[in-house]
Amino acid sequence: MLEFMEGSHAVAEIVKRCRPQVIAAYPITPQTHIVEDLAQMVANCEIDAEYITVESEFSALSACLGASAAGSRVYSATTSQGLALMFEVCFNATGMRQPIVMTIANRSLGAPLSIWNDQQDSISLRDSGWLQFYAEDNQEAADLHVIAYRVCEDHDILLPAFVCFDGFILTHTFEPVTLLTQEEVDAYLPAFTPYQRLDAANPLSMGMYATPEYYTEFRYEVDRAMQRAKQAFIKAGREFGELFGRDYSALVEGYRLDDADTALVAMGSICGTAKDAIDEMREHGRKVGLLKIRTYRPFPAQEIADALKGVSTVAVLDKNISLGNGGAVGTEVKSALYGSGAAVYDYIIALGGRDVRKRDIAAVVDLAEKGKGDLFYGLRTEVL
Amino acid sequence: MTAAELIAFAAFEGGVYAQAFPAFGVERRGAPVQAFVRFSDEKIRLRSQIYEPDYIIVQDPTLIGDVDVFMGMKEGGIAIVNTEKPDFDPRVPEGVKVYTIDATTIALEELGVPITNTTLMGAFAAATGEIKLEPLEHALRSRFSGSMADRNVKAAERAYHQIGGAV
Repeated sequence: MLEFMEGSHAVAEIVKRCRPQVIAAYPITPQTHIVEDLAQMVANCEIDAEYITVESEFSALSACLGASAAGSRVYSATTSQGLALMFEVCFNATGMRQPIVMTIANRSLGAPLSIWNDQQDSISLRDSGWLQFYAEDNQEAADLHVIAYRVCEDHDILLPAFVCFDGFILTHTFEPVTLLTQEEVDAYLPAFTPYQRLDAANPLSMGMYATPEYYTEFRYEVDRAMQRAKQAFIKAGREFGELFGRDYSALVEGYRLDDADTALVAMGSICGTAKDAIDEMREHGRKVGLLKIRTYRPFPAQEIADALKGVSTVAVLDKNISLGNGGAVGTEVKSALYGSGAAVYDYIIALGGRDVRKRDIAAVVDLAEKGKGDLFYGLRTEVL
Repeated sequence: MTAAELIAFAAFEGGVYAQAFPAFGVERRGAPVQAFVRFSDEKIRLRSQIYEPDYIIVQDPTLIGDVDVFMGMKEGGIAIVNTEKPDFDPRVPEGVKVYTIDATTIALEELGVPITNTTLMGAFAAATGEIKLEPLEHALRSRFSGSMADRNVKAAERAYHQIGGAV
């Protein structure tokens, strides 16, 4: 049933229905509404969870890590500087193989201080070993949380995940969403069965040090789990579709790509605006399509290469910058398309909340088709 | 933002897709803010702010002059302005119809506070015909409970009838 609600509330509601046993989070704009809602649900006994109030994001994720190691399903949410403060714990969660699910309400990083949206925060943690899923709308944001728990808790995976949705653009937008009911979530997502857990009766240690004889193999195992997560996501996304009618089996999703000469590549809410822009360009005879990346980690390099076969020009929209080397997604798409013959250009766009209109998307396509790329789009040269 | 959310919710209740969002980051009561609403028969994918509105609602008339509140409006557009001075000179673009309503007084009389969201929602429904009274009332009763719901519905209905909405 379609209901009209705020994106943050949709996420809080679906997280509740995933039955986390421990929630620890520190409020930070634009994530705040999610954790306020969840704190209220816990206080109202709508959810049988321990809500741990903490003094920082570092503590929030540390509490989640401990609770997960003790065998609980856990949840957190953060953004921007909060995620930056979690950096160390993020790597520990991966190495300790704890299937934590955390919402990222994507926001830019300071300085200069900006509370507005881009995807610099989660993309800066791309090497941390967290799975990263990006939502185009609030429907997808809600659904991806349920899928994330399924994938992360799979004993072949046992990795944490970010479910990323654009701060303000999605978190603060009211729109129709169909939330899975409690019964539907329960049917899809079994109770968490830890692979191993801290237990006083059967003591074990996690996160110990590894000597040079072992460290590489730990990293190799994590990378292999990350690679396996592709198939786990495909399976979980397909089963979600079979049960509920919304199929998420695609790691990348094409839009009007079949006969496209030029393809945009993007992640998150900008895909919606791009689709509308593409429809307009198509009306003018332009053969343009979109490839949406749903799973940034694991990175679907082969799937991208397959989806963009036959495309001559590719324009990647990067809401981040790997300073000194262009956009992170563009760099990886170029690598995925190496040898394909396609001209791949990268556009740094929509940083720090700068609005993107249909005409901006069309302008990027124009630039790419003229062979002008690897640049900051819409740079205000008058203030430089 | 509350007005945008309620208008979008009422439109959704009336059977269309709707989207409401603030001009992000500045939503403090009393500060000059913008919020945006889209309606469509199709699912709404567009995420940009609105630059060429079909309709605008001006909640605080003191903004007129400081801000070009009618910017981007085209012929056939409709503006609803909360003001106690219906003879003000809004310098509206050609072909834009302006409805004025003293929503602050209605809100003070019905709600006891100068919060005009629900009153202007009634005025919007009447002026544009985009929302019928029934889904409007349903939206308000979902958002508010008890006597607050009754009072907000009454405020919206007073504005609706004052503007001359179809019954």
